[in-house]
Amino acid sequence: MSVSEVAQVSVEDLQSIVGREHARDASEADAVDGVAPSFVVEPGTVEEASAVMKLAHEKGLKVTPRGSGTKIGWGNPPSEVDLIVSTARLNRLLEHAAGDLVTRVEAGMKLEDLQKELAGANQMLALDPPEAGATVGGIVAANASGPRRLRYGTVRDLLIGITVVLPNGTVAKAGGKVVKNVAGYDLGKLYTGSLGTLGLIVETIWRLHPIPETSRTVVVEVESPEEAGAAVQSLMHSTLVPTMIEVHRPESNGATVAALIEGIEPGVLAQSVSALELTRLHGDARVLERDEVAGFWRDALKTPWDESGVGLKIGALPAELPNILQLVSDAAERNGLTPRVTGHAATGVTLVGLSGGDDEGYAAMVQELREIIGSGEGSVVVVQGSPELKRKVDAWGAVGDSLPLMRRVKGRFDPGALMNPGRFVGGI
Amino acid sequence: METATLVERMRGILGAEGVISEHEQLRTYECDGLMSYRVVPRIVVLPETADQLQRIVQVCYEEGIPFVARGSGTGLSGGALPHEEGVLIALARMREIVEVDIPNQRVIVEPGVINLWVTQEVAPEGYYFAPDPSSQLVCSIGGTVAENSGGAHCLKYGFTTNHVTALEVVLPDGEVVHLGSKAPDPPGYDLLGAFVGSEGTLGIATKVTLRIVRQPETVKTLLAAFPTVDEAGAAVSEIIASGIIPSAAEIMDSLSIQAAEMAVHAGYPEGTGGILVAELDGPQAEVDHQFGEVERICRENHATEVRVARDEEERVVLWKGRKAALAAMGRISHDCYLQDSVVPRTALSDVLKKIAALSDEWGLRVANFFHAGDGNLHPLVLYDERIEGESEKAHELAGQIVLACLEYGGSITGEHGVGEDKKHYMPKMFTENDMNTMQLLRCAFDPHGLANPGKVFPTPRLCGEVPGPYKVHPLQKAGMAEMF
Repeated sequence: MSVSEVAQVSVEDLQSIVGREHARDASEADAVDGVAPSFVVEPGTVEEASAVMKLAHEKGLKVTPRGSGTKIGWGNPPSEVDLIVSTARLNRLLEHAAGDLVTRVEAGMKLEDLQKELAGANQMLALDPPEAGATVGGIVAANASGPRRLRYGTVRDLLIGITVVLPNGTVAKAGGKVVKNVAGYDLGKLYTGSLGTLGLIVETIWRLHPIPETSRTVVVEVESPEEAGAAVQSLMHSTLVPTMIEVHRPESNGATVAALIEGIEPGVLAQSVSALELTRLHGDARVLERDEVAGFWRDALKTPWDESGVGLKIGALPAELPNILQLVSDAAERNGLTPRVTGHAATGVTLVGLSGGDDEGYAAMVQELREIIGSGEGSVVVVQGSPELKRKVDAWGAVGDSLPLMRRVKGRFDPGALMNPGRFVGGI
Repeated sequence: METATLVERMRGILGAEGVISEHEQLRTYECDGLMSYRVVPRIVVLPETADQLQRIVQVCYEEGIPFVARGSGTGLSGGALPHEEGVLIALARMREIVEVDIPNQRVIVEPGVINLWVTQEVAPEGYYFAPDPSSQLVCSIGGTVAENSGGAHCLKYGFTTNHVTALEVVLPDGEVVHLGSKAPDPPGYDLLGAFVGSEGTLGIATKVTLRIVRQPETVKTLLAAFPTVDEAGAAVSEIIASGIIPSAAEIMDSLSIQAAEMAVHAGYPEGTGGILVAELDGPQAEVDHQFGEVERICRENHATEVRVARDEEERVVLWKGRKAALAAMGRISHDCYLQDSVVPRTALSDVLKKIAALSDEWGLRVANFFHAGDGNLHPLVLYDERIEGESEKAHELAGQIVLACLEYGGSITGEHGVGEDKKHYMPKMFTENDMNTMQLLRCAFDPHGLANPGKVFPTPRLCGEVPGPYKVHPLQKAGMAEMF
């Protein structure tokens, strides 16, 4: 959108919808991958959100939805942003039907705030993405997940209803308040992971789970990627039902495989004994003492990149774990980079933190990984990196033969290409 | 295109044995599991390969001919009801299990493969395919995907959509695309998630990648008899409130019990008004402990008898009555009409009272058996079509029941799909804007509305800005549909 057209909208126009305090000129801190928006608006109701989107649509403003902004750096740099629509004030818990294990929340509610409310009924939303302070809407839009996905799945398995504001301001919902429901298309899944490119998520309905009573952690120190893979496979194909099976490889030799077993005391005790027997064939295994557990998981689950580094998310087949670990070590070495690896091993998700190089080196590494992983079943996504890096290598990589169909979906939902232009796959 | 020419074109693709065009033979395909709707298709084609299927769809696209995909034809909402002007594509000859990948817990199959075959294939390795609709002995995976089928065990393990990770799909324009991935979290829109449960309106799956699940260490089943169905329901609520997620929790009311008793002679205690079949699975020590809790909760809620299966044989016996309930209805009623609505679990008791009141009001008996854990009711309206007007009355009563479920925040269908049968209830559950938004998805996949047209949504809608060879839609020309 050219400056002159943006100039047709003033901050007062937005304020007339949401009130004086809730629309402002954007500051430097609001930039998305270096692209500066003009305004930030915080609608307080679905109606206000709809009116804001309608105005943006009429004036052709490019819109970036934002929750807490924890993943605002995901995806490619946007081609343009005029308006940030923040869900910060859409943060209400609308309903917690404890007897039905269902909750309905506005998109801007922070997951940790929601969990506190649910915990009163000994329930939880079984999502545990690492980004502290993330909103439920942002988690849906980014399809963020954490280690518990092994047992509970990801957003697509837990989201049972959604309300969105389309780019033209239309409010639409799909799904409902019951867990079992096949009426109509499952738009919740379409919006999951769509990174704000199809509209603004305003309300979500979730299926909940009881909070497990107790847990034990079994840890095995292994010497090689092969042993790590073997330990993970032995747990995966057992009748045990761990909540997480994680691999942790802070340096390029050895690795730790850890399983969190949750449930009721007798079950957890028996399962941890079995897990110990299975994993000790592959390395030095033990059940952690109670006072070690919190510290161990804090380290093991720490995102393997810091603020200045590069973060990659690899999706691959779980049996490929040894190859992935080896490949990451070798490729990092060839490119003069230092890797740190953690992963939700039994699901095939591996997180790689890279440091010690420049964008040239990071880009070369990503390309090298993609040549091997991306050529079969799998993906390498840059989840943290400078805008310069993401101009050298696409944040998402290739998506295959469904890209034209994805473009058609985008074209139907957002014919003016107003929502987060350029940030998603294939330039969507 | 003349039917004769169409038959020729299809024979060119499939050979003579792959095309059915004789009226009597076509009638075999006039309905699916919902026999109250019948339409004879123009022709039936039976592809054996994905390539043939693609070429069939290409012909349909070029000529603007509607097509309907059909698996085993067991659907209960008329989803595979043929289109009278259209081609019915029967997938029963695409039955190869393409790949079994135990290390990665995946199986890849063609759409005509029978649901239960997947479990049979991987059982020796200690695995199974979780979605288990009651028709799993005969229903196809393609149909399971199209309908997002559930089953008795989906309370704990989820629905088909949670167990499909990738699809190869022929789009309505004849293009082949791959949705999802065998590996986790492929970048891009989750079109796989949008496709599963779309009831054949977005294209036809030619290859399906399934997630298989490790068999539990143990399974324990009990049957508890209660004086009333309310007490059975209260027991389920208390079980779930205690933090236990049973792998199944099925309730039958007195009419269903009566029918099941006649069929399988289970010997339920005299005066039983509600039966609960509950199953727990998982690691032995956990299940043993929780099973004790479930037994205790049943007794506290006035169960008059609790039977525990000691082995697999006894487990089958406990399930037999529940599984036979539907088929057994013929013993107590000449005809019956099955519904599939859902209510929040905590509303079950109120909704059952409402159904009883409606049943009295309309003077027709209603049997109830349901998946109590997830609030999925299968009210069964009993009637006799030989009595003038009773069939219409039964359908109207069933409609009233659906509306009652919606009042309590429920859904018009939990697992059977909308199809032909429930599309007129869609506006009761969704607004015009909701349905128009769903239609955007449809238009991206099928701008000409050729894939299973007329299903799911109540009024035909057309998509604007249609590229390609297709001209003004006949419905639009006739003023019967609006351009969307």
